[in-house]
Amino acid sequence: MKIVVCIKQVPGVSAVSLDPETKRLVREGVKSILNPFDLHALEAGVRLKERHGGELVAISMGPPKAEQALREALALGADQAVLLCDKRFAGSDTWATSYVLARAIATLGNVGLVICGKQAIDGDTAQVGPGIAAHLGWPQATGVTALEVAADDGSLAVTRQQDGGHDRLRLPPPAVLAVFKELNQPRVPRLSGWLAAERAPVPVWNAEAIGADPALVGLNASPTRVVRTGPPPPRNKDSRRIETTPAAAAAQLFHELRRIAAI
Amino acid sequence: MKVDPHSNPRQSHQGIWILAEAHQGRLLDVSLELLGSAARLAAQRPQPVWAVLFGHGVEPLIPTLWEHGADTVLAVDDPALGWFNDEEQAALLGRLLRQHRPEILLAGASAVGRALAPRVAVAESCGLTADCTGLEIDPASGALLQTRPAFGGSLMATIRSDAFLPQMATVRPGVMKRLDPVPGRRGGLVRESLRPEERRGLKQLLEWLPSSGGEEGFGNASFIITGGRGMRGAEGFELLRRFAAKVGGAVGATRAAVDAGWAPYAIQIGQTGRTVQPRIYLACGVSGQIQHLVGMQGSDLIIAINPDPAAPIMAMADIAIVGDAFAILPELIALIQP
Repeated sequence: MKIVVCIKQVPGVSAVSLDPETKRLVREGVKSILNPFDLHALEAGVRLKERHGGELVAISMGPPKAEQALREALALGADQAVLLCDKRFAGSDTWATSYVLARAIATLGNVGLVICGKQAIDGDTAQVGPGIAAHLGWPQATGVTALEVAADDGSLAVTRQQDGGHDRLRLPPPAVLAVFKELNQPRVPRLSGWLAAERAPVPVWNAEAIGADPALVGLNASPTRVVRTGPPPPRNKDSRRIETTPAAAAAQLFHELRRIAAI
Repeated sequence: MKVDPHSNPRQSHQGIWILAEAHQGRLLDVSLELLGSAARLAAQRPQPVWAVLFGHGVEPLIPTLWEHGADTVLAVDDPALGWFNDEEQAALLGRLLRQHRPEILLAGASAVGRALAPRVAVAESCGLTADCTGLEIDPASGALLQTRPAFGGSLMATIRSDAFLPQMATVRPGVMKRLDPVPGRRGGLVRESLRPEERRGLKQLLEWLPSSGGEEGFGNASFIITGGRGMRGAEGFELLRRFAAKVGGAVGATRAAVDAGWAPYAIQIGQTGRTVQPRIYLACGVSGQIQHLVGMQGSDLIIAINPDPAAPIMAMADIAIVGDAFAILPELIALIQP
């Protein structure tokens, strides 16, 4: 049985700037990294493999350079990595992205579990995990903070973060999980892992390789359209600085909080 | 994969739906905020506002939805909906959307909304914008313009998806204004039920573990007091909790403080934690790394207490107090004390 972890390469800082003239994202000098939340998805996959066996496959949809993120996944313990790369995928929103990932998972075959991170730090949508589940028609659990696989029937016991608490559920594979940071502490790749990862092949699959309908991928198949982007509204900049004794500072703050009826 | 985004020609769709969420017999605040949003959108593009309420024993909550602006409540009461069962709720909501054809569906960017809305959007072949902080109707086209922060809030993107109905969005809690309730206001009531084929029965609820302290869900707190590396240890957070209790606030932490083990991850604010937008944000001993700032820069009033006047948080703060939180907070607590 295969475990698939979906990963994304993202800009290394979540704060980006806009070029004031072109209004485009400034990407120069911004390093690409493996989405930090995906490290927890990979760690979950590696631990399940160590405990229950199986094959761990990392997949990513992205440009050719996203191969680097997949090599990091290999260094961390993935057995196989596949890059889903095709010019026609460009401009895909979460609907089309989750379609491509779902097609790749169907193509891999014999997949019992798909693990995603909480969300990507560039888009922050958290939509792709449930989107994959919907495309595949599989059950899903998001906000996963604990995970166990029953040795007898392979069913999954998950703890989910909900508003106001957590719930514990049992669900049958195949399923899609989106995991939270609380689930685990990701390991650091060893040098031997990096060396093996550098030599490993990373196959590239296009739309035909995954049997994706070209009419359902890319910008034209994406239901959402970005109509404009811009900087956030500026903060009110009549800021005040208080530099005095602790007692006087506390008194000024007290009056300010009282003035705005906070206390 | 039988879904096809091109198979949804614009037909006669009408109505703005909001997904009302109830937990333990209470409506989430964001559900009432969504009704406020829906009413403002309906003022721009007149159409009925419906609240969709799934749950078990949720009948007593219906009048609250009417009073906060729902013209009609569509209620489905079933034991299988008493906890969040993604597959059942997605099948049910999808069928109701096809049956009633609303033009817009809004859900809270809550744990449930962020799991259910994308599943439904894919299954129903429509667009979904996550975590919106602004919604308006484009006067020219009638499209819903959905504005959301991206890249941790350093960029605002406005999105439309009116070629595929309903236009769906999740809305960030605590941003939209609810309407003043009109006591005694009544609306329509449509009861629906979960159909046998929608009872997927894939998941089994083993246990519900309510959160112990007020440490979760502080996304809705109006006063957040956050500690960073400058709080020097768990004792520093004890001081913050004492102050928070005095002002009815919630305590947050930076990643540095969480990684040091002084505070739980559940209260981490920033890029890899939560994003908060309280009315007042008091940062104590927080330097203001960009990864932290993106999680709190939407707060109304930012106050920073830091001994280093050059710390980045001081440049962002509306009130920057140069000093030591360990000296100032006890004085402040004493002033508030009756």
